[in-house]
Amino acid sequence: MEKILSLLRNNARLSNRELAVLLGITEEEAAAKVKALEKEGIIKGYLTVCNESKIENAPVHAMIELKVVPMKELGFQDIANRVVALEAVDSVYLMAGDYDLAVFVKGKTMQEVATFVAKRLATLDSVLSTNTHFILNKYKEDGIILEDGSTQDIRSTLKSE
Amino acid sequence: MSPIKFNERLSKIPEGVLHKYLELATDPSILSLSVGEPDFPTPFHIRQAAIDSIQLGKTFYTPSRGLLSLRKEISSILSRKHHLEYDPVNEIIVTVGASQALEAAFITLLNPGDEVIIITPAYITYVPIIVMCGATIVPVVTSADNGFKLTPEALNAAITDKTKLLVLNYPSNPTGGVMTHEDYEAIAKILRLKEIVVISDEIYSELTYGVTHASIAQCDGMREKTILINGFSKAYAMTGWRLGYMCSTPEIIKNISIYHSNAILCPQTISQFAGIEALKNGDEDIHHMREEYDMRRRLVIDRLNKMGLPCATPLGAFYAFPDIRSSGLSSMDFCSALLQSKKVAVIPGNAFGAAGEGYIRFSYSYSLQHIQEALDRMEAFMNELKK
Repeated sequence: MEKILSLLRNNARLSNRELAVLLGITEEEAAAKVKALEKEGIIKGYLTVCNESKIENAPVHAMIELKVVPMKELGFQDIANRVVALEAVDSVYLMAGDYDLAVFVKGKTMQEVATFVAKRLATLDSVLSTNTHFILNKYKEDGIILEDGSTQDIRSTLKSE
Repeated sequence: MSPIKFNERLSKIPEGVLHKYLELATDPSILSLSVGEPDFPTPFHIRQAAIDSIQLGKTFYTPSRGLLSLRKEISSILSRKHHLEYDPVNEIIVTVGASQALEAAFITLLNPGDEVIIITPAYITYVPIIVMCGATIVPVVTSADNGFKLTPEALNAAITDKTKLLVLNYPSNPTGGVMTHEDYEAIAKILRLKEIVVISDEIYSELTYGVTHASIAQCDGMREKTILINGFSKAYAMTGWRLGYMCSTPEIIKNISIYHSNAILCPQTISQFAGIEALKNGDEDIHHMREEYDMRRRLVIDRLNKMGLPCATPLGAFYAFPDIRSSGLSSMDFCSALLQSKKVAVIPGNAFGAAGEGYIRFSYSYSLQHIQEALDRMEAFMNELKK
């Protein structure tokens, strides 16, 4: 992976100037590289990783295993497009193994998610079955440990152990 | 009962500034930049080799000089990376970290009254051990103007009839300075004519940026006078494994071995198996870590200079050694004030000898986020000072 990309994947808020210093290139070059990555569709967006357990009225998350019948010629693309279009859906992955699509969904309440699965997902043509797993707690997201005070720097803990 | 009489030399060890400073920096909420060890975990395949040795029951004593298979790997990596040839059978000793190699070398070579030249600012543990041997320290002061290199003039001025040892440490902790092959040639020209043994502590040899690591042992006629010391702590992020080595002539190694074999019997067996794996398959790990350090280095140097703390660009190790004299404060006062007002811990330069007064040591073996936060706070501190 290009170095600039791995830097941004760790911290999307690095400025072009900071990227330039880190990589030993000019600010203009850094800006151009980021632009190019965006233009090529490699960088698709910049998000914020939150510890939702600290947010009031944070959404409920679920992972739904979807078994589907692939369509002639279109394979899984057609059903994937339909699932992607649903607003409550955060992520959709095609899986190898016991089921076909892993669908990550969020809603205001468990009830809302349940209704969404029953009415919007399960009823899609070519969906054979759904298996819903509610997420109880998130410990780590996109490489970031969510719990406060937990450190990936073991050095300091050893010195006071 | 009369009080215990300790070795009188203990009281001759100069009181460390570091000790005093660390007493101030005990609050766990402090953002530290003081640590001198890699922040990366030991690469997993290296840890696995140690686990394997435990599972296979390979947990007995080894030869006191270390496993021959490890010494062969050491010999081969020195040849491959630094074009230095050492015979694994009689020119290499595996030690408990580079620290024990240093201790064994000092004890084996020094007599009371001998003089030892050290290049200052210097790594903190040289002085106490040399003092325990009853030898005298002769500090050579280096400066930021030439990247903290040892010049032939400064060396010449320090040499007397009593000079027994010269201790080199490039890439340097704390300054990040390096010596090139040409720099060493100029020094070697003097040393070839003298009966001075060189201890070359090259623990940061794998961490150079944009320059190739050079060793004085590469200069004609110097291998015979040099004890090369290196280890696994910095290159492979293996500090807690306590594994190092020393290389020299059969005569020197034979004599050091007399002390070494009695002092420790042998280095840790489990660590030695990890060391073999590190040398065999660790090149990529080194490459990855060096790239990370290099990025941090550029960020740190850029920002320190911008905030009014001029800093010679370090070409090795993972330390920046900025000049803080523009603050009008002494090193200790600067560090105490920074600690109090911003909860950032850096080490006062004079902890590394009087030559470090007016400087601080900033370790960048921390995550980018950690370093950025610390730099932000230091910048705020500098802005408040200017008001």
